[in-house]
Amino acid sequence: MPKVLMDGNSAIGEAAIRAGCQCYFGYPITPQNELIEYMATHLSRRKGCVFVQAESELAAINMVYGASVVGARAMTSSSSPGISLKQEGISYLAACELPAVIVNMSRGGPGLGSIAAAQSDYFQATRGGGHGDYRTIVLAPSSVQELADLTIRAFDLADKYKIPVIILGDGVLGQMMEPVEFKQEAPAVLPVREGSLRGAKGRPSKIIKTFTSNPAELEEINWSLFRRYGLIKKQETTFETFMIDDAKLVVVAFGIAARIAKGAIRNVRAEGLKVGLLRPITLWPFPDEAVKEVVKNVNHFLVFEMNMGQMLEDVQLSLEGKGEVSFYGRPGGVIPTPSEVSRVISRLYYQKGLK
Amino acid sequence: MKKVYAHPKSLKRAVFHYCPGCGHSIAHRLICEVIDEMGLQDKTVGIPPPGCSVFAYHYFDVDMAECAHGRGAAVATGIKRACPDIVVFTYQGDGDLAAIGTAETIHAANRGENTTTVFINNAVYGMTGGQMAPTTLRGMKTTTTPYGRDHVIEGHPIKMSEMLAPLEGVAYIERVAVNSPANIRKAKKAITKAFQMQLDKRGFSMVEILSPCPTNWKMTPIQAWKWVDDEMSKIFPLGVYKDVTEQKSAD
Repeated sequence: MPKVLMDGNSAIGEAAIRAGCQCYFGYPITPQNELIEYMATHLSRRKGCVFVQAESELAAINMVYGASVVGARAMTSSSSPGISLKQEGISYLAACELPAVIVNMSRGGPGLGSIAAAQSDYFQATRGGGHGDYRTIVLAPSSVQELADLTIRAFDLADKYKIPVIILGDGVLGQMMEPVEFKQEAPAVLPVREGSLRGAKGRPSKIIKTFTSNPAELEEINWSLFRRYGLIKKQETTFETFMIDDAKLVVVAFGIAARIAKGAIRNVRAEGLKVGLLRPITLWPFPDEAVKEVVKNVNHFLVFEMNMGQMLEDVQLSLEGKGEVSFYGRPGGVIPTPSEVSRVISRLYYQKGLK
Repeated sequence: MKKVYAHPKSLKRAVFHYCPGCGHSIAHRLICEVIDEMGLQDKTVGIPPPGCSVFAYHYFDVDMAECAHGRGAAVATGIKRACPDIVVFTYQGDGDLAAIGTAETIHAANRGENTTTVFINNAVYGMTGGQMAPTTLRGMKTTTTPYGRDHVIEGHPIKMSEMLAPLEGVAYIERVAVNSPANIRKAKKAITKAFQMQLDKRGFSMVEILSPCPTNWKMTPIQAWKWVDDEMSKIFPLGVYKDVTEQKSAD
């Protein structure tokens, strides 16, 4: 299939349709409006598919909940302040083991913040986000092509593990245009997902619920969720390494920051500095084994994020006290350039006596 | 011998956990009778709320999906849009529908979602122990209005049926009560009509039920039933607020 030039938000929309997404519910917020508009234009015209502009993010995520109850592939999207509102619904989806895809094209915070790209929702995304003991799978793309690919993967993972999946992008990824190739056609009809409620025809009635007055029963539900999370960690953790084989210093970065870091690494490599990159693609489950593998040969790490140091904690936890970790972060929606990051890398490289 | 009553097929044979004199169990039974009579048991999905009726799924023998406080109308929207052949009803209390879920309710009604809402108005938060509801009457004592609801501070009892009826997406709204045999019969007729509106794809339908809560009203069941007539229905008058099948065309 030929490549097309597309902004990231629209690419998610097209990929979602090709993944068999039947229902989209959303509420406008910058910088993800191209996605809701793409779905209004394209998904709404597809037979049996549903587009609703909801009255709020709360309503949108609860519409997703309803669509997931009846077994439809459903998604919603928003940006940071809107994602905070969706946390109620995400907690219920997680509790009821209902699949859903939630896109966060994150922006600067806290509060209304700015509409510029930021990565300050890492904690919220990777720690569950809402109330209660749960996790969501968190995918962090770093190009428009990867946005498309991970959108399809998100729907598959959501169905496979009966779990909400978050695509954590940012304002840059959503807005920038790149060539993208869509590798699959939309399915004509998806089979109805097992366990969905569509009326008790020819079977006993079923209940989807979260509330129980019996703590022991709820404990068992939590145990069961975490057994599945263990399986996800074992089977679905993904990451990318870049120029890591001979590296003396490894940058750890995700999403658009990893893209910037790659440029910076190319710059410093040209000056003879041996620097590589570890890029988590699943932020939850975090690739801690990959970090443990790297520290066998490398002692120095630079965590680079567009926030005040959130993934930093996962890197430190993975290292279990081994290695030396430095951090460089720009919060609030400021986007550092590759040359700015290369200056940070080379300063650290020389300070640590690696040259 | 003539059979005058049978246990509804879609009502499970479980013992209600509701207090003596509570209106929930009557409302449950009426909905189940209607579901049976209309032959909807195998194509219905019910949406119970948090609150006293959170355990409604222990009683209704239809598919049930519990939802977050106040979000019934949004969840119903998701279900109905994804699967238009399913008959969807939400069962919501006054705190659920008229406080935390007001936005979801108004917009689902305004979109004309083909869903049915059974709105239990008992003027109080029951499960949490009798706090002020948006429908608490002026002067009424609750645990959070211990000196009586003062409209200057706490506002006025909100009238949802009156508020929603003018919306163009609304097909049918009636306010009924379950405090006497005559009212219970009317309530059942209203619930039947509401489901019929959904089947006919006429738009949003709602039956508001004035429902006694003797425990939190600190009354005996008999006093509570009388209070619905003497006090509550003066502020919340019974009757049909919208019925598109009765409206004459303007042309």
